[in-house]
Amino acid sequence: MDTRAQLDAIRARAEEELAAVSDLKELDAIRVKYLGKKGELTAVLKTMGQLSPEERPKVGQAANEIREIITAGVEKRNELLKAELQAKKLEAEAIDVTLPGTKVEVGKKHPLSIVLDEVKEIFLGMGFEVAQGPEVEWDYYNFEALNIPADHPARDTQDTFYITEKMLLRTQTSGVQIRVMEKKQPPIRMIAPGRVFRSDAVDATHSPLFHQIEGMVIDEGVTMGDLKGTLETFAKKLYGEQTRIRLRPHHFPFTEPSCEIDVSCFKCGGCGCSMCKGEGWIEILGGGMVHPKVLRTGGIDPDKYSGFAFGIGLERIAMFRFGLDDMRHLYENDVRFLDQF
Amino acid sequence: MDLSKKWLSDYVSLDVEDREFAEAITISGSKVESYAHEGEELKNIVVGRVESLVRHQDSDHLWICQVNVGEPELLQIITGAQNLKEGDVVPVALHNSVVYGGQKITKGKMRGEVSEGMLCSLGELGLTAHDFPYAIEDGIFVLGDDCEQTLGMDIREAIGLNDTVTEFEITSNRPDCMSVIGLAREAAATFRVPLNLHTPEVGPGEGDVNDLLKVDIEAADKCYRYNGAVVKNVRVKPSPRWMRERLRACGVRPINNIVDITNYVMLEYGQPMHAFDLRFLDGNHVIVRNAKAGESITTLDGIERELDDTMLVIADENKPVAVAGVMGGEYSGIMDDTETIVFESACFNGPSIRRTAKKLGMRTESSARFEKELNPDDVGLCLNRALELVQLFDAGDVVNGTVDVYPSPKEVVTLPFDPDWVNRFIGIDCPAEEQKAILERIGFQVEDGVITVPSFRIDIESQADISEEVARFYGYNNIPDTQLRGSAEASLTDRQKFNRLVENTLLSSGLYEMQTFSFISPKTYDKLCLPEDSELRNNIVISNPLGEDTSVMRRTAMGSMMEVLARNYNNRNAAAALYEIATVYVPHDTLEELPDENQQVVIGMYGAEADYFKLKGIVEQLLDTVGIRDYDVEPVTDHPSFHPGRTAVITVDGQELAILGEVHPNVRANYGMKARGYIALVDMELLDEKADLVRLYKQLPKYPVTTRDLAFAVPKIMPVLVLKKAVQKACGSILESIELFDVYEGEQVGAGRKSVAFNLIFRADDRTLTDEECNAAVNKAIAAAEALGAELRS
Repeated sequence: MDTRAQLDAIRARAEEELAAVSDLKELDAIRVKYLGKKGELTAVLKTMGQLSPEERPKVGQAANEIREIITAGVEKRNELLKAELQAKKLEAEAIDVTLPGTKVEVGKKHPLSIVLDEVKEIFLGMGFEVAQGPEVEWDYYNFEALNIPADHPARDTQDTFYITEKMLLRTQTSGVQIRVMEKKQPPIRMIAPGRVFRSDAVDATHSPLFHQIEGMVIDEGVTMGDLKGTLETFAKKLYGEQTRIRLRPHHFPFTEPSCEIDVSCFKCGGCGCSMCKGEGWIEILGGGMVHPKVLRTGGIDPDKYSGFAFGIGLERIAMFRFGLDDMRHLYENDVRFLDQF
Repeated sequence: MDLSKKWLSDYVSLDVEDREFAEAITISGSKVESYAHEGEELKNIVVGRVESLVRHQDSDHLWICQVNVGEPELLQIITGAQNLKEGDVVPVALHNSVVYGGQKITKGKMRGEVSEGMLCSLGELGLTAHDFPYAIEDGIFVLGDDCEQTLGMDIREAIGLNDTVTEFEITSNRPDCMSVIGLAREAAATFRVPLNLHTPEVGPGEGDVNDLLKVDIEAADKCYRYNGAVVKNVRVKPSPRWMRERLRACGVRPINNIVDITNYVMLEYGQPMHAFDLRFLDGNHVIVRNAKAGESITTLDGIERELDDTMLVIADENKPVAVAGVMGGEYSGIMDDTETIVFESACFNGPSIRRTAKKLGMRTESSARFEKELNPDDVGLCLNRALELVQLFDAGDVVNGTVDVYPSPKEVVTLPFDPDWVNRFIGIDCPAEEQKAILERIGFQVEDGVITVPSFRIDIESQADISEEVARFYGYNNIPDTQLRGSAEASLTDRQKFNRLVENTLLSSGLYEMQTFSFISPKTYDKLCLPEDSELRNNIVISNPLGEDTSVMRRTAMGSMMEVLARNYNNRNAAAALYEIATVYVPHDTLEELPDENQQVVIGMYGAEADYFKLKGIVEQLLDTVGIRDYDVEPVTDHPSFHPGRTAVITVDGQELAILGEVHPNVRANYGMKARGYIALVDMELLDEKADLVRLYKQLPKYPVTTRDLAFAVPKIMPVLVLKKAVQKACGSILESIELFDVYEGEQVGAGRKSVAFNLIFRADDRTLTDEECNAAVNKAIAAAEALGAELRS
């Protein structure tokens, strides 16, 4: 057989074997068998010396072509086999992706804190500082300085826990108004969230401890229109752009004029539903223009400055926000409850 | 305050729906809580006449009546009542009707005889004999002359059970609105219709009141004014239907003409009245004075009341006859044989009445009005109204004149009329004439730039008060919304930010935030097994608590946490892990100072994954986050609330920052919790003080590390931290980190000993460390460990 024929035979065999190979080891054996230093192709090339000078380059060229063909064949086969192998491995690694994920333990904020954080954020954005005052407070700050002298009938509606005749648990956050005025001259913009205490037995809508958020603005030329505008902005940020507010005259000894403020029901939008008891409105806060007597008591000249103040019931907002019907859950701290928010 | 629509219509003529009325008057300042139509529940009950009645054949008590309800056919109705006779006009519940209480009435048979409805008693209409004194309660209501007797007419119309009652929430500054006239004034101004007031007229009587009654006010600080009148030959009987109806609508039970008149005038004008029997007034002399210590009086409700010298009484020359402004005495009340009465219309100091009513535990319609300070100017008007009604009802013979003692007449309040100020303050542009018109509609006079405040408006004393009056009738909701002017900057304080950091750290550690009450039971300290002399028992104590459970302000949040853990455990929750940044209240030596309100972080957990080290990990993470790296941990074996072998205290610079450990089984038992619980208490104030939140970039290391592992055998009781700190110190600055990776007890180490293995990582910032350097450090470390009694394990 001449060299040429030998080469063709090698090529044919190699291609046949490559087509049949089924694992990488065999493939490597084929590579060595044909292309290795001691391989068949090398062996044939070694016999090239016996060829005539005219034939030598032609056969050499043919041999190189075949080497390339076989090399490419091996390469192609190699890729194929690797891909098959990987596919098998991956298939074996398949898992049930519908099994539950590994639980990451992250705690949750109390629903009151969630709502309070929102409220704080809204007012911080409007330039209100967050102030605070003591929960065990002097009668002076809780009542006297707020234009509620001893024996004032307004004290009846705020059954007070007393420590001594002069010391009590604050029944409202409004005392912080005076504490802030004593420390700072206008302009003042502040909110003061905190715990307040009243002698109410625990039931679905009462608790001897609850939270208020006091707010106060004092500056030159502050008007009741500013109170309305500020609280409307607050209501829209808390409940959405479509929210409207409504003011009703009311009485607080430390504001004049005073009002209660309703927001349009965020469930029905004001047409009346079970949440707003058919009213279309939900009362969420009280406020008014800071009484001139209160300004004077706080060391601020009522002829120069005016201001408004308001108080928000945090529990009330939270209960409406989460559709909560029983206040007791808030202080029982059952983890099944806390986990819902 | 309940308002009768019929009564209101005496003073204002309104043509509005009830809902519109309620909304409009709420928006102008008199808040409507609810409104209801009397007899709303009753359906298909009409006036009928019993044309004939015969005994039922098969019954010894049933009657078969033929009833005319204005239809061509008579109705046959069976009744068991025994008070009927032919010709009686009665309420007839027709087929498919509803009586009071919601019971439906339909046609039926009774012992074989058809009954086409039911004849009704007072009770079946929701009434009592107080409403119709001539009727009996245990029989059919036979309509009297004071009812319309048109057959077939709706019974509600026939007997006047068709008023609309509006319930108002009146604020404490507006006692004038606790009256029909006060609300009528508000309604007239709200709807801009005239207010038609009536001036009482008393016809001539007999004699002179001064011959029968003498009045002296001894305590003028508590009684501003006292008016008295006398009525002789009193004829006690029921008052007419219209008055009974109105009283009922306003929630007051009709009694008799004299008592009803006093209540009627109170509701009409807001001025409480009192009537008493002159017979029992020794010396015919009213003395308004403070009670004397040791005096007592049996009030109208039959209870004997001890009085003291802060309480104002209406007395005669020997004894008190009434607790002024609160309640009259029992024996001087109006009785069937009363002949001559005194009507009292007076004005007392509000706070004094309030204190007395509170002390005696009897808040009455009268005291609830007086305590808000009433208008002394109207007492005479009200007295005349009562006398006018006496004459109208022929309830007695009025004696000429009234006694009026008014030691220091109230000054008229005037304020400058300054519409510009009001506009500026409210943020509106309301013309002066409109402001004047608003004020005049509610009884103010505005003349020559001066506002004269009507005497019934005890709440008006400044320009701000005037602005409210203008604003509420201008319409709060018509005030333009404006935004705050000027700029303001606000940010959280450092402490507020610190709290937020702590909260976020605890939340990301898997803890749920809880909120617990600030007040606790003093028994909490017993349940926590704290000794009698524990400093924590020194608490701020509430003098009037709701109950013992909420009577002292907590010094520790551990009890609160135990309660929450136990509640979760008993609610069958498998696990719970919670925290609170709780306020604790630390009293000073004297109650002349407010207590310190300190914050304490309380962390608590139980459940399969909870153990001491999980708790400690959370605390360590917290310390790391706030930059506290240098602290000591020491075992605590003698804290009565904690497990003696599983509790530690963390100190920084010798100050106690935190205690953490497993809850003592005795404490768990006290809270009824079977699972092991773990609690940490961290002093938030100290945490803030010691925190170091400054972070500076440090170059990432350029040189390689050298690591060595060292294992020591040490006595079992030796704290690992002690050994670790000794090794750390001995290695010096080239030690980058030291991690404990194994603690082992077992045979190979020997009894009473344990093996402790550390992984040491050495590195320098400026060079690659040589083996020699590391070896030297390791040798020093071994020596330091051996000095503590440790033995190197090869």
